[in-house]
Amino acid sequence: MIGVTLDRVSKTFGGAKGVEDVDVHIHPGEFFTFLGPSGCGKTTTLRMIAGFYYPSDGRILFGEHNVTHMPPNKRNTGMVFQNYALFPHMTVFENIAFGLQVRKQGKAEINEKVTRAQKLVHLDGYGQRRIDQLSGGQQQRVALARALVIEPNILLLDEPLSNLDAKLREETRQEIKRLQLELGITTIYVTHDQSEAMSMSDRIMVMKDGVVQQIGTPHEIYNRPVNRFVASFIGESNLWEGTVERLEGDRVDVRLAPDLRLTGLANNASPECKLAVGRKVTLSVRPEAVREASASERGEDNTMAAKVLLSEFTGISVNYIAQAGPLSVKAMFVGQGHRMRERDEEVLFTVAPDSIYFLE
Amino acid sequence: MNKPQPQLAPPPIRPSSRWNSLTRSPHFVYVLIAPLFLILLAYVVYPFFQTFLQSLQMEGSFSLQNYSRFFSLEHTANLEALWTSVYISVLSVITCGIVGVAMAFLLERYEFPGRKLLAVLVLVPMALPPLIGVLSFEFLYGSSGIIPRGLQHLLHLDKPPFTLKGIWGVLVVHTFTMYTYFYMTASSAIKGLDPSLEEAASNLGANRFTIWRRVILPMLTPAIVAASLLVFMISMASYTAPLIFGIERTMTMQIYLSRTNGDLDMAATQSTLLSVVSILFLILMRWYQGARNYQNMSKGVSVHRTEVKSKAGRNTAMVLSFLGVLVLMLPILVIVLLAFSEDGKWTTQVLPPSYTLDHFKDLFTDSKTWRPIANSFKISIAATIGNLLFGVAAAYAIVRMNFKGKTLLDILIMLPWALPGTVVAVNLITAFSEPNAFSFGQVLIGSFWILPLAYFVRHLPLIFRSTSSTLMQTDRSVEEAARNLGASWWYTFRRVVFPMALSGILAGTLLALVEGIGEFVASILLYTNKTTPISVEIFQRMYAFEFGTACAYGVLQIVMIILVLYVSRRLTGGNAGSAI
Repeated sequence: MIGVTLDRVSKTFGGAKGVEDVDVHIHPGEFFTFLGPSGCGKTTTLRMIAGFYYPSDGRILFGEHNVTHMPPNKRNTGMVFQNYALFPHMTVFENIAFGLQVRKQGKAEINEKVTRAQKLVHLDGYGQRRIDQLSGGQQQRVALARALVIEPNILLLDEPLSNLDAKLREETRQEIKRLQLELGITTIYVTHDQSEAMSMSDRIMVMKDGVVQQIGTPHEIYNRPVNRFVASFIGESNLWEGTVERLEGDRVDVRLAPDLRLTGLANNASPECKLAVGRKVTLSVRPEAVREASASERGEDNTMAAKVLLSEFTGISVNYIAQAGPLSVKAMFVGQGHRMRERDEEVLFTVAPDSIYFLE
Repeated sequence: MNKPQPQLAPPPIRPSSRWNSLTRSPHFVYVLIAPLFLILLAYVVYPFFQTFLQSLQMEGSFSLQNYSRFFSLEHTANLEALWTSVYISVLSVITCGIVGVAMAFLLERYEFPGRKLLAVLVLVPMALPPLIGVLSFEFLYGSSGIIPRGLQHLLHLDKPPFTLKGIWGVLVVHTFTMYTYFYMTASSAIKGLDPSLEEAASNLGANRFTIWRRVILPMLTPAIVAASLLVFMISMASYTAPLIFGIERTMTMQIYLSRTNGDLDMAATQSTLLSVVSILFLILMRWYQGARNYQNMSKGVSVHRTEVKSKAGRNTAMVLSFLGVLVLMLPILVIVLLAFSEDGKWTTQVLPPSYTLDHFKDLFTDSKTWRPIANSFKISIAATIGNLLFGVAAAYAIVRMNFKGKTLLDILIMLPWALPGTVVAVNLITAFSEPNAFSFGQVLIGSFWILPLAYFVRHLPLIFRSTSSTLMQTDRSVEEAARNLGASWWYTFRRVVFPMALSGILAGTLLALVEGIGEFVASILLYTNKTTPISVEIFQRMYAFEFGTACAYGVLQIVMIILVLYVSRRLTGGNAGSAI
């Protein structure tokens, strides 16, 4: 188990900017995710760690060892490619054994390790199959076994689930997490799917346009996003703009519309957001933090009447998109005990002060 | 909202006419394919079978004597011919393989000065009609060729330092004209190699050499094997090169000689044996293509070219690509040069001494020189119309329909492609020297129609293949959508299927047309004085030492081929390889 340090790493392609100034230390044994929309530089960063690109600037360290310009075949990383990159002219067994053969290990040893790796990914008995005789999920597991069997220092996963269907994706996700916990291997995972990132990672690095936005645990990223991009990319969020009207103790009153004022807590603000009377701020409210208010609460602070534009029932929850004055409100009610409203009905919403988060 | 709107009421379903009920029947497909089978039966299978029957006859009665004569150890001419054909073919495969694969790797994997020009010119050999290609080599490197004489002159030697003749001549010509098969298959295989496979290998610890040995070469094997089989087959069928370089002991030449000596039984025997070899290779090839398929699974692959950076490397690359360009261009240049030379003036000089424009004027003004051109066009157009109708129908049937005998149809269409032109001609001679039902009671031999028929049979697979490959790329659901919107089968075919496949159809049609204009191998056995096509005329002019006129015809052929290759490349977006 070793850690990975990216020391102010930048990469430009010709004139085009790839990634800029990535500075992060990944701990030994950590499950670390690069998350962002396509073109944000997450795969470029991963490929620099694998050695397929060399940084234009900065250093990459594996533990204390500088590997910035080390060729990929010397790094002992195991990578699972997005398209799996299985060798079509080899059987499952030969694919998995490839890395061990390159390392000139004995026949008996290879046999034993490959068999073990096949067991690990539930592919025992599939050794002689050709790659095109496997389903997508099976191919994915061969790719995983091939990367793991060489006992890599670091496991690199480049959107490994994106070619699988929804159900299989769920299963494989848990499978990868299980293997990572069992083997305790330092893992770097690249994805654009925020729910994947949230559920698997110890820490997440959110990127956009080659620039790191935020690094933190799933909790931090979800509950304390640093900016609008992170707030809207991770999960869903209502983003409302308003002007600070009053600051009293830790209470902050924000006017959103002539007849609508919300009150939040001052320490629920991103580091980038400065609260002062008269300043424009953005309020981020998660849909699940919007509650239904009782009729007696009408007219109180943080309560608003809204007209339902769209309501949907997903099984777990009832989701609304509603209009409260000038505001578009997304709300989600989980569990029983809520009467579902139809289109054009009125619904009374309330937002607790501690579930309002202030952004720049 | 839902007020009744009479104008939107569903139209009454048309009363089903007899035609409609016919097209809807599950047996309708057999109505469509029956003519296809009939044509194949009449003009491919029946002639082939007739030849086979004739090979089993000796003075009118059944006998295996022809075969025992062929394999007799007393008169070994035939066995020698078989042996020479086989070993020329094997050597051709080796030389073509080395040149073609090396070229593919150089051009696909490295960036060096002159790469782009070379990448265009590397396909020039395909622009040479078979006869003209061989002649240009004779002019350039033959015993009185420009290069040997030039060197002799330059270095003040008593005799030319080298001349291209005999088997070496055949081999060099084969290499030059056929390495493109290796080049094209290898380069598309290299293009299709998924770079992430190399990255995966590298990630697992493999160095450059291991990646080559364990990943790249095994992935290229199918391409190389397929090209080898193809080149072997074409070398076995090669007729023009042995003819010009005077190698009489090859199978094709023996067939030609037997036929001109009037030993028809022997010609039939030789044809049958050569066909068997060719068909075996065809089967082998198709089996192998089916057995191994390493199509890469990812899309949008970009090939990374290594730039040659060192100064010495760049200079070497520059000199070598200049030489390459020169070698590739010389055959065409020499034909163009000679087309302007005066007939009969070029004797012992290095280059022809005097030049004229007359040959080109004559081509289009003198009725005697114009006649072969008109003939070639008439024959090719007639044959191509047949190919077009047959090819499109067959391609549609095979790609889109389900019926019994599909594989058989596929094999029968590919069969003429495996048969050497000489064999096709011999088969037609045996089948149609007497009137029968398939020739509508006419004797076709000696008539105009035997030539279009031969071209039709020889180029049968061309339009079929280009059409079926475009059809395969188009989604079947488009057709279903048209049916769903109420179009009949015929309407769908006309408005949807045909326009979508049009680029492939046109590319194949043009190719068939131009192949017809360059056709030589079958024509030489079938032509009459009235129906001489261009290539045969070139051959005759050569023997009359009218090099200028011969080459002017050649230039015409080359221009047409280049034009067609260019147009079909534009039509199919660079996938013209599918037509081969």
